[in-house]
Amino acid sequence: MEYEFHWNIVFQKMPQLLNGAFVTLHVSVLSMLIGIAIAVLLAIAKMSDYKLFSLPATLWVEIARNTPALFQIYMAYFGLGAFGIHLSPYVAVLSALVFVNAGYLTETFRGGFMSIPRTQYSASRSLGMNSVQVYRYIILPQMFRRIYHPMTNQFVWSILMSSLGILVGMDELSGETQRLQSLSFRTLEFFMVAAVMYFLITKLVLFSASLVSQKLFKGDL
Amino acid sequence: MGSSFFTPLSWNDSGFILTGVLNTVTISLVAIIIGTLLGLAIGFIRAEVSRFSNMLLGGVLDVLRSVPLIIQLILFSTYIGAIGHPLDPFVSGSIVLSLYTMAFMSEVFRGGFESVQRSMITAGRSLGMSYWQTVAYIRLPIGLRTVFPSWLGVALSVIKDSALVSVIGYMELLRTSEQLISRTQQPLEILIGVGLFYFIISYPLSLYGKYVERKMSI
Amino acid sequence: MIQIQNVHKSFGDLEVLKGIDLDVEKGEVVSVIGGSGSGKSTLLYCINAIENIQQGRIIVDEIDVHAKETNRDRLRQKLGMVFQQWNSFPHLTVLENAALAPRIVLKLSKKEAIEVAKKELNHVGLGDKFDEYPTRMSGGQQQRLAIARALAMKPDYMLFDEVTSALDPELVGEVLDTLRMLRDDGMTMICVTHEIAFAREVSDKVAFFHQGIIEEIGPPEQVIVSPQKEATQKFLSKVLH
Repeated sequence: MEYEFHWNIVFQKMPQLLNGAFVTLHVSVLSMLIGIAIAVLLAIAKMSDYKLFSLPATLWVEIARNTPALFQIYMAYFGLGAFGIHLSPYVAVLSALVFVNAGYLTETFRGGFMSIPRTQYSASRSLGMNSVQVYRYIILPQMFRRIYHPMTNQFVWSILMSSLGILVGMDELSGETQRLQSLSFRTLEFFMVAAVMYFLITKLVLFSASLVSQKLFKGDL
Repeated sequence: MGSSFFTPLSWNDSGFILTGVLNTVTISLVAIIIGTLLGLAIGFIRAEVSRFSNMLLGGVLDVLRSVPLIIQLILFSTYIGAIGHPLDPFVSGSIVLSLYTMAFMSEVFRGGFESVQRSMITAGRSLGMSYWQTVAYIRLPIGLRTVFPSWLGVALSVIKDSALVSVIGYMELLRTSEQLISRTQQPLEILIGVGLFYFIISYPLSLYGKYVERKMSI
Repeated sequence: MIQIQNVHKSFGDLEVLKGIDLDVEKGEVVSVIGGSGSGKSTLLYCINAIENIQQGRIIVDEIDVHAKETNRDRLRQKLGMVFQQWNSFPHLTVLENAALAPRIVLKLSKKEAIEVAKKELNHVGLGDKFDEYPTRMSGGQQQRLAIARALAMKPDYMLFDEVTSALDPELVGEVLDTLRMLRDDGMTMICVTHEIAFAREVSDKVAFFHQGIIEEIGPPEQVIVSPQKEATQKFLSKVLH
């Protein structure tokens, strides 16, 4: 049997699809920003000598890394209902992505920090820098280079995983595609366009990230 | 809405849950095995062929890595349905998940093969080994050893990603629990159980991966 | 001048320095030799206040290094230090490596800092490498960069901690030449070193460290050419043959 493609209806709905793509980017960017902020705190907590801080941080990291993203989204959307917390699809997906991003980025930050040789610190101190200056000019810039690439990957992961919004009726690219195709039954056409849009978004993100890194990072480590 | 409409979770449901567990394990294993074999072959080819063919192959694999798995699943099962050859959700799910796994595995193995120094292969050839002998006795053993932690990382993510096969109707763990939730209205208990299951499989393996990685770096 | 008086230093139960006395006059070059684990590098770290001491005093130009009220960042500006590992800042160019501390610690203007850095880099023979990144240079070049980086802070004293130990043999010469040049400039230096011939050539005083104390000290003709103590003789016969 041959399948006959009809593209017109998809192109008519382009504005809605683009809107969905915008929501996808929106939720991913936000999940990264909040995730980074939490990950900084978790990384510091995890490196602490006090179990009171390091244990909860470790727990967060391991749960985030060892359970499916879909599980976390269900947990946020259905599970929290048991406590009377009813999140909108957007907030449920956002919190799940934040939870995972924070978990993975914690390990990225910790690894980046520990990969800077201790001697960079003593060499800088011997030049008379105080410890704030050592972090500001020596440790953090080097750390940032090492975590930049994994952070980019995490961002791409967030974009791809936000597609799970389809399962809780969110209006990001996948959810929007699902809604639009159900009105016209041009399932294949709509999802093919969505696939192309995801591809272009991730390529665009990776391309801009590498442009920025070429601008920012001149020396090699 | 009478309360009799919902029936609470009971021991009778354990068989149902167990089916979900087994299905998750089965499809994960299938995808990991097929994905590893295909990825190994493609990783080797990519480490060997010319720059141009490599880019071509890389482009195709790149698509698999840059489109959400859930979209790939929907597209594939819709397409084969539309052309009149609908497949069992397990089969469609296995095909898509395996190809998806392959795309990541091939990168892992390519890195492994490229890490084997040229001089070792030359040394093998100078001992009179044939091309395929150097592959079997030098490149495979050395290349494979170094990639084990990354391989395990991909395998673990496949187990987690297998949850998505539920969207095309495969009764894996998360989908069975979803059905239980709509019947029992006890989302929290069920979801925590599901989460624990994934955690218990994934966490010890990830610890083992870290241990191997540490041992190799010394 | 640097006065080291009865300095004791322990790491946990291990006493590394067991009462060190040493004076270094302005313009003097003092070499410290001895086996590994004899405490000679630790002494440099104590002078630079990177390590604390348990007993005794170290006085640099009448400032008690380990006194509570001493501003250690200020003190370290007087003391340039170069390590066994060159510790270049890999994210900065050669010029930025040398100009950073003068700018942020000495608060020089950007222009002044660059001027100072260029002058010191020219001095150590890296005048053609300003825009290079250190990781692309040889160990010898990176070590000379570390020296220039320290000199750009206009220190009154230079502390060298086995600066040639991590270098490939063919690169040792260029770094030693740089040290000779510094001596000719009149820089006050303490060199912890394994290069006995070099120590003999450049030093005003040589101190032989053995098990946490200075076993023998004096001009090189005495300590290296005709050592009095048995431990010194043993050590020298081991490293010279």
